[in-house]
Amino acid sequence: MSSACSLLHLAEEDDRVFSMGDYEAALARWCPGCGDHSVLTAVQRLLTEEQLKPEDTVFVSGIGCSSRFPHYMKTYGFHGIHGRALPVSTGIKLHRPDLEVFAVMGDGDCVSIGAGHWIHAIRYNIDMMAMLLDNNIYGLTKMQTSPTTPQGTKSNTQPQGSWLPSMNPLEATLGVTNASFVAQTAEWIPSHLFATLKEAYKHKGFSFVRVLQRCPAYLPKLFEDAITDPETIELLVHPDGVEANDLEGIYKARVYHDPTDIDAARRYAEDQSKVRIGVFFRDESRPRYEETRHLPTLTADEKLAVLEEEFDRYAV
Amino acid sequence: METKLPVAGADVSEETVSEEAIPPLEKKVTPQKLNTVEIVSDPGEGAQKCAQIFGSVSAKMGNGVWTVEIIPAEIQPPPRIPAGASGNRIRLGSSPVTNWGDRANVVVALNEQVLLARHRLNALEDDAIVLLENMWKDHKDEDIRQQWVDAMEEISDANYRIIEVPMEEECLTIVDNPQRGKNMFMLGLLCYIYDRDLELAAGQIAHAFRKKAQKITDVNVELLHLGFKWATENLGFGFQIDPTGDERPHLVMNGNEAIAMGAQASGMDFMAMYPITPATSVSHHLGETFLNYGGMLHQAEDEIAAAGVAIGASWAGKCAFTVTSGPGLALKTEFLGLAVMTETPLVVVDVQRGGPSTGLPTKVEQSDLLAAIWGQPGDAPHVVMSVATIEECFYAMITARKIAEAFRAVVIILTDANLATGVSPFPRPSLDPSWVAPPPDLSPVPEGLRPYDWDPETGMSRRFIPGSPGGMHTLTGLAHDEGSKVAYTTDVVQRSMNMRSRKMAVFQSTLQPPKVNGPGEGDLLVVGWGSTKGAIEEAVERAKEEGLKVSSLHLTFLSPLEPGLKEIFSRFKKVLTVEINYSDELGQPYVTEENRRYGQLAIVLRAQTLWNIDCWTKVLGEPLKPGDIHDAIRQKMPEGGAS
Repeated sequence: MSSACSLLHLAEEDDRVFSMGDYEAALARWCPGCGDHSVLTAVQRLLTEEQLKPEDTVFVSGIGCSSRFPHYMKTYGFHGIHGRALPVSTGIKLHRPDLEVFAVMGDGDCVSIGAGHWIHAIRYNIDMMAMLLDNNIYGLTKMQTSPTTPQGTKSNTQPQGSWLPSMNPLEATLGVTNASFVAQTAEWIPSHLFATLKEAYKHKGFSFVRVLQRCPAYLPKLFEDAITDPETIELLVHPDGVEANDLEGIYKARVYHDPTDIDAARRYAEDQSKVRIGVFFRDESRPRYEETRHLPTLTADEKLAVLEEEFDRYAV
Repeated sequence: METKLPVAGADVSEETVSEEAIPPLEKKVTPQKLNTVEIVSDPGEGAQKCAQIFGSVSAKMGNGVWTVEIIPAEIQPPPRIPAGASGNRIRLGSSPVTNWGDRANVVVALNEQVLLARHRLNALEDDAIVLLENMWKDHKDEDIRQQWVDAMEEISDANYRIIEVPMEEECLTIVDNPQRGKNMFMLGLLCYIYDRDLELAAGQIAHAFRKKAQKITDVNVELLHLGFKWATENLGFGFQIDPTGDERPHLVMNGNEAIAMGAQASGMDFMAMYPITPATSVSHHLGETFLNYGGMLHQAEDEIAAAGVAIGASWAGKCAFTVTSGPGLALKTEFLGLAVMTETPLVVVDVQRGGPSTGLPTKVEQSDLLAAIWGQPGDAPHVVMSVATIEECFYAMITARKIAEAFRAVVIILTDANLATGVSPFPRPSLDPSWVAPPPDLSPVPEGLRPYDWDPETGMSRRFIPGSPGGMHTLTGLAHDEGSKVAYTTDVVQRSMNMRSRKMAVFQSTLQPPKVNGPGEGDLLVVGWGSTKGAIEEAVERAKEEGLKVSSLHLTFLSPLEPGLKEIFSRFKKVLTVEINYSDELGQPYVTEENRRYGQLAIVLRAQTLWNIDCWTKVLGEPLKPGDIHDAIRQKMPEGGAS
């Protein structure tokens, strides 16, 4: 057990088996039809399949509709402040590398107010999962433009239609030094969502997953084309990514994409003529911050002995 | 101390160029209890290294020492301008020295422009002895020669005794580039004047250059001896400052190093920060040492992230800390509110500098007090404490960590640029394993226990740490009940605020009333906080010697305040705070009783005690001088109190 803070661990036989219900806390209070529900179910299924211990699992969020997520998980949770889920996650994982850390962010959280942290978390490449639940709009504060809002979309802050081209989070993520896992999936395709989250979880490093999702309250028509016409969606498939063989009958546009090919990944991310889902990029050889910063574990007496040596340097 | 010392100078030195043994001048030694020396040069000429070594040697020889940096605002100002003056002031004493004093008795300057800077700041005694590099006097550049003449003219109104020293010329006999060696020559001069042990000085030089080749140490030691020899042959005077007599082993360091080591003594093993002057050197120390200790120093992408990372780390284990200065404290504000709301322990060190905005980043001020206490949106009760000495910087970290964990609280420690860069010896602490935070309690949480099971009397509750089976909950910055469930009902909102606030009342009940320095009653009580303690107490001592009935009181805990203040105040005719922050004085244009802005501690004390407290504050970008405080005391004595 590597730990930055010399923890006492209970050496005990653990024969517990966890079912979905063991991860379910309060009943989710998102709007009916909100994409957050599908993500919650997929995550609970993932935890069940991986048999994660609830007490060793932490969900961290910021502020926004999707940031209520931790309240609906029967694990440890940290529902913090707007835009800052990633610094809190970084602190938890650096101090307690033994914990499984999941960050849940909305597009306002991640791509707007917390964008600085996002860039740096990618570079730190700490072994954790970060989910961007991207519905392209501010929901909790009632329909303001977000950085990912499609250009021209009318909102309460930009009633004439949003002025700027929307930001592409995949392009941004793939552009950051030390990115190690970048994927996109959609909440309305549950099997793909689950498979993508599972790959992200298995990846050693900072796994960034953008989940495309609907906001039935403020942008109900956002992904209408993609939902009603499977041909607008292109699947990136690979044995090292998501194969989605079960979806062959519905999603016929499939591209064999090797996720180690970052140039191809960037091209696919940049080209917005199609909605692409799958694993864009993964590379486990990238240095991970919590590993680089692995610390020795010392007893109190040993720590004080180190300090005595420091004192000696300042002694008169 | 007025003794006529033999005159020495350039003309003497010119006669000593020959290698023939020159009989040393008879040395006239003057005993002194306190003496202040300044070493100034252009940046990069090593005045600070000279001063550090001189300070350490003096501390090793048992003197009281206080060292203050003289820092230019720019990293690389052009050479030979007053604004570039860089170096140190060192005050030596035969008893512990608690502040930088008033004016220097001795100055060693590498050019006349940096000397001019100190002259213009009124930093030198009127009869100061000035040891001045004289290479500029006859420099081949006519402009430089003229600058020398002008400078001499400007300082001629003071009665300085200027001794021209051919430092460049002397050093050239040993090194090709004296710019990199004159500082050790200066050290040699000072070792002669103050009768410092040359062996000790050589040892400190070796320590300072321990990471460089041996020949670097050797040539610097040679320069030290050269300076000493020149002084022996040319100066003929010195000062004798007896040791304090305190035989206990001491440590010599600055306040930021003391904070770094105090953190380690407290068992805190996680620090997140973002570089900000004058706080950063805490991380310089930890960057070097923390790893061996098993500690994590995380340099975050910004001040906000530094707070968030520390809070995440703290929530998941032992209390973590972050170190910043005023502008950084402002950026961390929202996160501090979150830590209070979620009752996550956190220690925040604010090394105060001059403001607002970027202000005076390298200079001292005490202007963050109100922001530290009340700066967070909403009701965010937490602890604000201050440190008065470098020694307290060390112990405050241990105290703060314990308070933070015991009360699930945020503790802000206010220190400042004066302590951060000042160097002074203090008794070597006897480390105690009980100071070290125990590993977090990850035992299973008994069924039925909730993450905020506030004791209705005290507001205290057990902290559930991730990894504890059965303790799963989601901590939230939203209003929440005992179970950490989001709750907006009127009773929960009121009750949870009561509970978070109650902890502060409970904490305050554990504090002792502060001790009055001097008689417990009198005409004037001077109240201070933070790094001004030494200067205030020295000023009070001078006023008492004049027969004034003055005492002082120095506060450590500023929110909640220490108990018994009103009772103490009632025993004095007048109470006056002395602070390094802005306040209005009555009599200034437009300033009235109604709109007068008070010093920050005065505001807090007036609000909390309803006592009619006056204040005297200065924002000069430098520490307060005991002489100025002494003048203020005389001026502020209550009617009938002045003698």
